[in-house]
Amino acid sequence: MAKNSERPLLEFEKPLFELEQRLDEMRSVNEDTVEVDLSDQIEALEKRVAELRESIYRNLTRWQRVQIARHPLRPYTLDYIDNLCEGFVELHGDRLFMDDPAIVGGFVKFKGSRFGYRDRTVMMLGHQKGRDTTSRKYRRFGMPNPEGYRKAKRLMKLAAKYGKPVVTLLDTPGAYPGLEAEERGQAEAIARNLFEMSRLPVPIIVVVIGEGASGGALGIGVGDVILMMENAWYSVISPESCSSILWRSWDHKEDAARALKLTAPDLSDLGIVDEVIPEPTGGAHHDPEAAFSSVGLAVSSWLKKLEKRKPAKLIQARIEKFDRIGPYEIRNNGQAAEIHPPTEKSAEVNSATD
Amino acid sequence: MSWFRRQKAGILTDTRDQIEIPEGQWEKCPDCSEPIHRRELEENLLVCPKCGHHFRMDSLGYFRLLFDDEQFELHDQNLFAVDALQFLDRKPYTDRLGDAQRKTGMNDGARAATGLIGGHGVSIGAMDFSFIGGSMGSVIGEILSRSIKRACEREIPLIIIAQSGGARMMEGALSLMQMAKTSAQLTLLEEKKLPYFVLLTNPTTGGVTASFAMLGDIHIAEPGALIGFAGPRVIKETIGQDLPSGFQRSEFLQEHGFVDTIVDRRELRNSFIHLLELILEKD
Repeated sequence: MAKNSERPLLEFEKPLFELEQRLDEMRSVNEDTVEVDLSDQIEALEKRVAELRESIYRNLTRWQRVQIARHPLRPYTLDYIDNLCEGFVELHGDRLFMDDPAIVGGFVKFKGSRFGYRDRTVMMLGHQKGRDTTSRKYRRFGMPNPEGYRKAKRLMKLAAKYGKPVVTLLDTPGAYPGLEAEERGQAEAIARNLFEMSRLPVPIIVVVIGEGASGGALGIGVGDVILMMENAWYSVISPESCSSILWRSWDHKEDAARALKLTAPDLSDLGIVDEVIPEPTGGAHHDPEAAFSSVGLAVSSWLKKLEKRKPAKLIQARIEKFDRIGPYEIRNNGQAAEIHPPTEKSAEVNSATD
Repeated sequence: MSWFRRQKAGILTDTRDQIEIPEGQWEKCPDCSEPIHRRELEENLLVCPKCGHHFRMDSLGYFRLLFDDEQFELHDQNLFAVDALQFLDRKPYTDRLGDAQRKTGMNDGARAATGLIGGHGVSIGAMDFSFIGGSMGSVIGEILSRSIKRACEREIPLIIIAQSGGARMMEGALSLMQMAKTSAQLTLLEEKKLPYFVLLTNPTTGGVTASFAMLGDIHIAEPGALIGFAGPRVIKETIGQDLPSGFQRSEFLQEHGFVDTIVDRRELRNSFIHLLELILEKD
C-alpha cells in the first residue's frame, strides 16, 4: 500500500487522513528517539483511526460509494487476475480489426483451492483501467471500442469450445463515445455480446468490481449470476451525465446518484444482483488483499454451484433470470392492479443445486 | 393458416388513441422548408411530397401501413410502469409518466400487434418516440419480450420497429437490464430459425441500438434516420471537433455495413411482403 502522504484523497476521508498523518508522525518520533516511549499514545490513536474509518464507512452515501469505486488505487482487473490466479495467458485481438487494451482477457488457472474449491482453468476477462497518465491513455480509461467487445466475444466462445467457465470483471466509465467507435459499430458489438452471452453453454460469473456504466459494462455483463462489490456502482448512466440531462447542470451528481439507486445493496433489492461481495472497512483500495480474498471466495462458491448444471439448463435459467428483471403493473378492468414479477429476489438461481 | 386466427374483427383501438388532426394545419418540412398541408402529409404517409423527408410516424401508423387491409390485433395493452426506484429529479417519475400518458393516450412507449402482411402472419413490436423519447423501461422491455415470445409460439416472423432515444434513466439499472432481457429472448427466436427484421426509424440510439435493434437478420432503415450508440453531442465533446455531415444517418450506417437496405416508407409494405415471400417460400 502507498504511504498515507502519497495517497489520493477522497473528500470524505479527510478527517481520517489527518488523523493518520498524526499517527505517522508519532511513529517516526517514536522510532527516532530512544528516550521517549509513545507506544500507549500510538495505540490509542490507532484505535481512534480504526473507529473513525469504521464510522465513515458504515454510513456512506451513494455518491461517496461512486467515488470509492473510482479510487485511483482501487484494484483493477489485472490485479485480481494476478492475485487470484496463476499462469495468465493474455489473448489479444478481435481477429477482425485490432486489439483493444481497454478489455483484457485470457485463460488462467484460478486458485480455487485457497477458497475451499479447487484450482481450475477459467477464461477471465474484464475492463482494464490504467494507473498513470500514460497507461490511462493506453487503456482509454477503461472505455472499450467495438474491438474490445468483439475480442471478449471471441474469448468467451473459445472458453465454450473447451468447456471452461467464464468470469468477467466489470469496471468501466462506459463504452468509448468516439467517431471511429460509431463507424465500426459500437452498438452492434455490444448487442452481439448480449446475444452470444445469453446462449453460451458454459457458466458465466459476472463481478462488478468498480464502475458499471451502462451498455459499456453490460457488454460483458450477461451471466448466470451477477456479483457486485459493496462499493461498486452499476447503472444505466453515470450520475454526472444523468445530472446534466435531467437537471440540465453538472451540479446535481449527488442527487442523481441517490435517484439512480446504483449501489450494490440497491441492485440486490431490485433483484438484479445475486450477491453483494463485502469489502474491507476503508474500501478495496485500503486493503486490496482482503478484497481479493472476498472476490475469490464468492467466485469459488458460484463456480462450485454452477459447474454441475447441464448446458441446456444453464442457458434456460440464464434467459429466464433476465426475463424476470423489471417490474410492471397489470391493470385489468374491474380487477386490482397486480405487480409483476412478484418481488422475491432471483430465488431460483440461489436455490438451484442441480 | 390455422395458427393465426383473429379473435375479434377490426382495429381494436380506442378512439382516444388516435391523434386528431385539426383542419387547416400546416407543417413545414425541416429539410426543404416546403409548407405541407397536414392532410396531404398524412395521405403521403408522413413523407414530404417534395423532398422525401420522413416525418416521425407512431406505432399505430406503422400497423395500419404494414398489415393487410389495416387489420391487426393489439396485445398487452394493460401494462403500466412501476416506479421501483421512486425516482425524483426535478419532478417525480410518476408525474412524467402521467404527463406522457395524457399527452399520448398510451400507457407506455411501445405497442405490440399481430396480423397478416401479404398473407403471412407476423408479430410486431413497435416503439413510440412521443412517450418520454421512446425510452426503454421495464414495460417496453416486457412488451417487446412478449412480441418475441408470440413469434416463437406461433412460429411466425418478428418485426421490431425501433424509435427511441435509448434506455429510460428513471428506471436505472432495471432499464439497462431490458437490453439483456430482449437480447436473451431473441436467442430463442434464432433457435427456431424464425425471421427477425428490424426497422430502424428516426431516432434509434443508445441502449436500444446496442441490443435488439442491431440483432436483426435484416436491418431496414428509413432514409435519413439518426442511428447510433453515443449521442452526436457527446461524441463531439469527446473528439473536440465537428462531426462529418451525414454522420450516424441511415446512409452512413449502410456504408459502414450495419444496415442492409434503406427503404422509403411509401415502399415499406411492399418491401416486407417481398422479403417474406422470398424467405418463407416452401420448396
